[in-house]
Amino acid sequence: MNRIFQRPASLLDRPTHFCPGCTHGIAHRLIAEAIDELGIRERTIGIPGVGCCVFLYHYFPIDVLEAPHGRAPACATGMKRAQPDKIIFAYQGDGDMAAIGTSEVIHAANRGENVTVFYINNSVYGMTGGQMAPTTLLGQQTTTSPYGRDFKSEGYPIRMAEMLATLEGVCYSTRVALHTPRHVNQARKAVIKALEMQNAEMGFSVVEMLSTCNTNWRVTPLEAIDMIENEMIPYYPLGVFKERTGKDFL
Amino acid sequence: MYGDVIMGGFGGQGIQVISQLVVEAAIRKGLEVTYLPSYGVEKRGGRTTVTVVLSDHEIGSPITNHPLCVIAMDVLALDKYQAMVAPGGSLIANTSLIPDEKIERGDISAITIRCNEEALSLGTAKVANMIALGAFLERSPILGFDDIERVMGDVFPERLHAKIPLNLKALIRGMEIAAAVPV
Amino acid sequence: MDRRLTKGNIALAEGAIQAHCRYYFGYPITPQNDIPEYLSRNLPKVGGVFIPAESEIASINMVMGAAASGKRAMTSSSGPGISLMQEALSYMAGSDIPCVVVNIMRSGPGLGGIAPTQGDYSQAVHGGGHGDYHSIVLAPASVQEMFDLTIKAFELADTYRNPAMIIADAMIGQFQEPCRLTPREPVVVPDKPWALTGCKGRAPQLLKSLYLADGEQEAHNLVMKQKYDIIRDREVMYETRHLEDAELMIVAFGTPARIAKTAIENLRARGIRAGLLRPISLFPFPVHQVHDFSIRIKKILVVEMNTGQMLRDVQISAHRDSRIFFYGRPGGGVPYPDDIEAQVVAALEEA
Ligand SMILES: Cc1ncc(C[n+]2csc(CCOP(=O)(O)OP(=O)(O)O)c2C)c(N)n1
Repeated sequence: MNRIFQRPASLLDRPTHFCPGCTHGIAHRLIAEAIDELGIRERTIGIPGVGCCVFLYHYFPIDVLEAPHGRAPACATGMKRAQPDKIIFAYQGDGDMAAIGTSEVIHAANRGENVTVFYINNSVYGMTGGQMAPTTLLGQQTTTSPYGRDFKSEGYPIRMAEMLATLEGVCYSTRVALHTPRHVNQARKAVIKALEMQNAEMGFSVVEMLSTCNTNWRVTPLEAIDMIENEMIPYYPLGVFKERTGKDFL
Repeated sequence: MYGDVIMGGFGGQGIQVISQLVVEAAIRKGLEVTYLPSYGVEKRGGRTTVTVVLSDHEIGSPITNHPLCVIAMDVLALDKYQAMVAPGGSLIANTSLIPDEKIERGDISAITIRCNEEALSLGTAKVANMIALGAFLERSPILGFDDIERVMGDVFPERLHAKIPLNLKALIRGMEIAAAVPV
Repeated sequence: MDRRLTKGNIALAEGAIQAHCRYYFGYPITPQNDIPEYLSRNLPKVGGVFIPAESEIASINMVMGAAASGKRAMTSSSGPGISLMQEALSYMAGSDIPCVVVNIMRSGPGLGGIAPTQGDYSQAVHGGGHGDYHSIVLAPASVQEMFDLTIKAFELADTYRNPAMIIADAMIGQFQEPCRLTPREPVVVPDKPWALTGCKGRAPQLLKSLYLADGEQEAHNLVMKQKYDIIRDREVMYETRHLEDAELMIVAFGTPARIAKTAIENLRARGIRAGLLRPISLFPFPVHQVHDFSIRIKKILVVEMNTGQMLRDVQISAHRDSRIFFYGRPGGGVPYPDDIEAQVVAALEEA
């Protein structure tokens, strides 16, 4: 029989620890497919942040370094400088990257470190129980914004892909979503492009992925998909915010 | 064999240079040396203080509160270090910038030299530091004129090599003046 | 042997280069800026990498990335910066990643001052970061040791796959002495089969410190404990002076130990028999050496430039009948030999 769909070689056959309905697993799959497609598994090293993504090594048959919360871009910097011929990616949640780790990601991007960050934005601190993050939407109720996020006290949700796109060192900054097949397909292309650009030594690439966290949003998986479409995308528009075409550095 | 000296003044008086000469000369002789310059906050406001310890044995403390010699290139250095000079030690005071009546200790050998004027009489005020160093050499049982002469070419940058003879002259002048002061 | 007048911080930086450290990441702070300045000039000449990092947090995590790649990597800082590094240091200890971290101590707490001090002994030796771990800690007392112990720190870090720290007061960092700037023995960098280099031709590898399953973390801690016991057994370094006939033993490290040496010579000239034990490794601490000497030498004077941090290790190590005295100068105060002599005399006069 001719198989037309199968598990990517760069993804291990393991039961997942992610909650049913969570799109972290889709992100994993897209990255594994891209690694396969580019044939880079044996020279790829992954650096998960701390959060639901921390068990990266559980799923990927690649070398993995576990970074402190928010510091993956700094670890990736040291690693890439020590091994410029390797493909280094960080995989960070929105708490990890957009809260505790803003300094590290901004400066790695600004130096144009030739690494890739996959940024999973599910608008809450998932692993610790769904507390409010800088990315939490206005009015969104979480365990630490029980009355809904109020801009007067907590400010507005932070748009990382747009912000990072302003930095000269960034070669690629895009936002995609993981809630429908069409969006997953777009996301797949973005993941491949980011890794290709790293392979071509073009600088810092970041792919922000709008992701569900139905458990902590306290909704069903289907409702979570609607929330991405109707609540997240209107505030976090999808698109490419920066894309260099060649080694067009200043 | 043991010697120590604290040199103090303000930036531009050439204290770094003469202390460097002393240290290099001592190393060339195979001696142990510690060289403690002022740093950080101490350096702000343009003060320069250097403590040098010389010995033919391992050196313990790189600091001292009763140096055998103090070279005070200005009045602030004198105020700070005169009281510390070990009894029987020497104080070399640049009286171009220190009023004579400030020299108070009777239990030490005080060598007062108008370093700036002496230097000017040799052609340039820039060698005032060498006048003071000459006085130090005259009193030092460890280092002499030859030791300093030997390292001057290494310590001075290339562009100043033409000035070495003048600097040596200033050293000799300082030695002469100090020799006339009773120990 | 060719010895050149060298500043302590420069000897340390050159020691790192001679130890084949090719990766330095750092953020400026007085009194250690000579180290990054020197390395920014000289690392590129040997194909190394210098990054002026955005913070000490970034610096130490960059060190972690380079070290996880199997390379010798280092950062240096002082008080506040070292505090910021503690989380990552703990991660590296937990993940068995070697590195060298230099603390040219400034006085604290808080922003404190930049005069010589030893206020970070407890932070370095008794933890600093969270969790049940130790850094290997070395304390140079001369410019030559700044060079030699830096090389040693890289060796120990690699041998035990553990962070190694060098802690020195600003006096050791800033003063100058003649120094031999070549390694005593040829430097050998061991193979690092555990390094993350991509899984070409081998199984994927992992460096992590998360252990969630039942009993996993305890087992890991016990393995680490075994490692620390071996380090305690094999890697103690110390120097003694005149302990043969001493009636009082001074215990001091770094600058106070240097000053104590002069005090001891002065005291002996007056017929007072003092001696010195200078710990060079602070972890492992010379527990047995302090104990054994204290059996015969009943009086101990601990001298530190803090309010009594190593003191506790001496109290724990010394024989139970010891009389332990303490003389501390915190916050940038530096004792003169006279001061230590007076303390010794007073201690000997006490019944
Ligand atoms: C210094 C530090 N502070 C707090 C934590 C606790 N912590 C672990 S995961 C996490 C949040 C993760 O959220 P996010 O990055 O959004 O990832 P998610 O779990 O949602 O995928 C926090 C706060 C930690 N590990 N380290």
